[in-house]
Amino acid sequence: MSEYIIRNGHVFDPVQGIKGDKKDIAVKDGKIVETSALSASAKQIDAKGKSIMAGAMEVHAHVAGPKVNLGRWYRPEDKLFDSHKTPGMTRIEGGKSIPTVFKTGYSYARMGYTFAMEAAMPPLYARHVHEEIHDTPIIDEAALPVFGNNWFMLEYLKNHEIENNAAYVAWTLNQTKGYGIKIVNPGGTEAWAWGLNCLTVNDPVPYFEITPAEIIKGLIETNEYLGLPHSIHIHGNNLGNPGNYNVTLDTLKLVEGYKAKNNFGRKQVMHATHVQFHAYGGDNWGNFESKAKEIMDYVNMEKSITMDTGNVTLDETTTMTADGPFEHHLGGLNHLKWANVDVELETAAGVVPYIYSPNITVCGIQWAIGLELALYAKDPMRCFITTDHPNAGPFTRYPRVIKWLMSKKARDAQIKAFKNSDKVVAATNIATMDREITLYELAAMTRAGPAASLGLGKDYGGLKPGMNADIAIYNINPDNMPSDPEEIEKAFSGVAYLFKDGKICVKDGTVVDNGNKRTFWVDVKVKPNKQVAHDVKEKFLKYYSVNEGNYPVPDSFAPHPYVIAVDATQ
Amino acid sequence: MKTVTLTVKQAPELYLECENITPDTFAGKKADEIAQLPAYQGKEDTTLGEYFTIAGEAGATAAETQIILKGDCSKMKYIGIKMTAGEVIVNSSTDMYTGGWMKGGKLVVKGDVHSFCGLGMEGGEFIIEGNAGNYLGASYRGDWRGMQGGIIRVKGNVGSDICTFMNGGELIVEGNADVHIATHAEGGKIVIKGNVNRRVGGQMVKGEVIVFGKIGLMMPGYKYTKDVDLEVDGTKANFAEYVGDLGERHPKRKGEPVYGKIFLKK
Repeated sequence: MSEYIIRNGHVFDPVQGIKGDKKDIAVKDGKIVETSALSASAKQIDAKGKSIMAGAMEVHAHVAGPKVNLGRWYRPEDKLFDSHKTPGMTRIEGGKSIPTVFKTGYSYARMGYTFAMEAAMPPLYARHVHEEIHDTPIIDEAALPVFGNNWFMLEYLKNHEIENNAAYVAWTLNQTKGYGIKIVNPGGTEAWAWGLNCLTVNDPVPYFEITPAEIIKGLIETNEYLGLPHSIHIHGNNLGNPGNYNVTLDTLKLVEGYKAKNNFGRKQVMHATHVQFHAYGGDNWGNFESKAKEIMDYVNMEKSITMDTGNVTLDETTTMTADGPFEHHLGGLNHLKWANVDVELETAAGVVPYIYSPNITVCGIQWAIGLELALYAKDPMRCFITTDHPNAGPFTRYPRVIKWLMSKKARDAQIKAFKNSDKVVAATNIATMDREITLYELAAMTRAGPAASLGLGKDYGGLKPGMNADIAIYNINPDNMPSDPEEIEKAFSGVAYLFKDGKICVKDGTVVDNGNKRTFWVDVKVKPNKQVAHDVKEKFLKYYSVNEGNYPVPDSFAPHPYVIAVDATQ
Repeated sequence: MKTVTLTVKQAPELYLECENITPDTFAGKKADEIAQLPAYQGKEDTTLGEYFTIAGEAGATAAETQIILKGDCSKMKYIGIKMTAGEVIVNSSTDMYTGGWMKGGKLVVKGDVHSFCGLGMEGGEFIIEGNAGNYLGASYRGDWRGMQGGIIRVKGNVGSDICTFMNGGELIVEGNADVHIATHAEGGKIVIKGNVNRRVGGQMVKGEVIVFGKIGLMMPGYKYTKDVDLEVDGTKANFAEYVGDLGERHPKRKGEPVYGKIFLKK
């Protein structure tokens, strides 16, 4: 394989604590190596006046699977005028908020991303998720199966059978080639099948008689029993409603007393996702306000939590979540169109198009809350940037979110552009916040932090010799930061170079190689468990629409796997 | 106003995507520059010059530009799409998406237009001297933003599903219409001088449909309220007013629900 030496660039690497110093980066056989390990034939890349970071890691996005495809089916208008092929090696790229798999891969790569986590995989439709993951070029991907409303889990945790639940989770991860435990509106989606919802952590789930708090704690215990690379990944109850920040704090406080137990260097026991949607004050849309500070005060203090923001990007987008009741509620608010899927014993999903208009006060406040979360974060290694793609906005807007975070001038310009800017300012703290995220903090929020949270910190998210050679080089010079914030957005929109596994995949913002994409999944070994084997067999006979033998994802669906083995038999 | 004349020299084998035939794209360009503008045929990237002989030059702005198309354009799509000003005159029939998302100016087609024309139109004037196909003035597939403004006048008949998701503007049909008129509409006005097959105003929230001829079958969600005298497109007459669609969601204004209305000439 090729060897490269990247010279004269400013390196930002929280893993090694390098804050913009000029340092040569050597690449050999897909890994970062000491410069002394290179032969004389190494190709030179001049990164003078540029910034070098590890490949960015997306911790939460909806980029593959039945829910995304449902959005594609019923929103043909999202691809309007996108049918032409552009010159070069790329295929046609269609879609704005629900892009095709090709556009997904290319767009992430062009922005310097090398990994994306599909945030909600219905186990029953795992094959579809893996088919789309396989067809997404360049970037590595993994998927989190959803467990928060699963019948097996509800029954085991009701009786606090952690060992059985762990065996079931291990079995599901193996069957679906999944990465970790995703929880969406714990109990609430199941309650919705009964026409109800769980709006606090203490609302019991009908029939199963278990509360969201018990589900969350049980799944934390299960996760740490197994020692998975990632912690539980939670979308809490009562998403998107005024006054929900109290429910969010109740959810976050459930980590108290738990400690991470794993061999992957992961420190947190809970990853709270798209917190923007969970940090709302007020009790109706009229007195709606930001509670970002209250949430971040707790997150800053509690080291067992990592989180991501879920920034609103002020675009027309497509919301999609396994939180079925929320989507039904949203469809009733905006009268556009609503689609719903029920996934048998496991989960559900809803899809509704949504326009985050700068003319609507609530949308402006949501925009501010997302940014406030990141700006209040004291530890950038625990607060990551997402748009909960496509729920708060398409991931292709990351450069714009970065611009807002890095430039007060850009934020002020946006506040001024709101139709009701005085109302937005009155309901938030954004106008008083002077903090501007530095390139070093950005590297923590988008690289080192997510990698550590996903348990991949040993090989990913940094530029230390021995780590995987996923490297993004941006046209931004820390010694001469642009005074025009638009230049920041431009720099992060198209990398100068993107190395993926030591191969140049993007050059000057243009895709030049499809890379060697891999599917990450976690294979957990547990002690044989007759009870769970019996329960699985029985449920398949009684309830599932498929046979047990047709359930697993065959190896051919993930032909380029990166399997993380976990031994939980001890 | 300056004029550019495009004469068809070669009929496309498939269909030619003419989204660049608009005063906005032509503005400020000379004939040879216009000939270089891209036009897709299937997946092939070609130029307008391959299919048209181009004479004259465009004005400095769209408003100062007139485009005249000669020859058979019945396999040309997207003519006049998104135009904001100026004038386009087509001396033949055209294919789908003609005049889609128009914002201003005037577009005249002297023959028929195919389906999906005038989609999501926001302003301007679109005159069709022949017949129009389905989905005239509707929204794009899946979208909820149908005709928003401007005026479309059809001298002949129209197909089905016209003005689906209409939100504003006016459509005048001098001939007859097929099924599904103003489905899901939330505003706008449709005048049909001839007869309508059936299914007028299904799931209509707001808006007006005025029919001079007969409606094959009135939808059950409509209720007769009163007779009114109206002046429509220069004709004064007495109409029976129906409100509906009663099964649909309706916004309230001053405490009273707002309904879609159908006026049927007596």
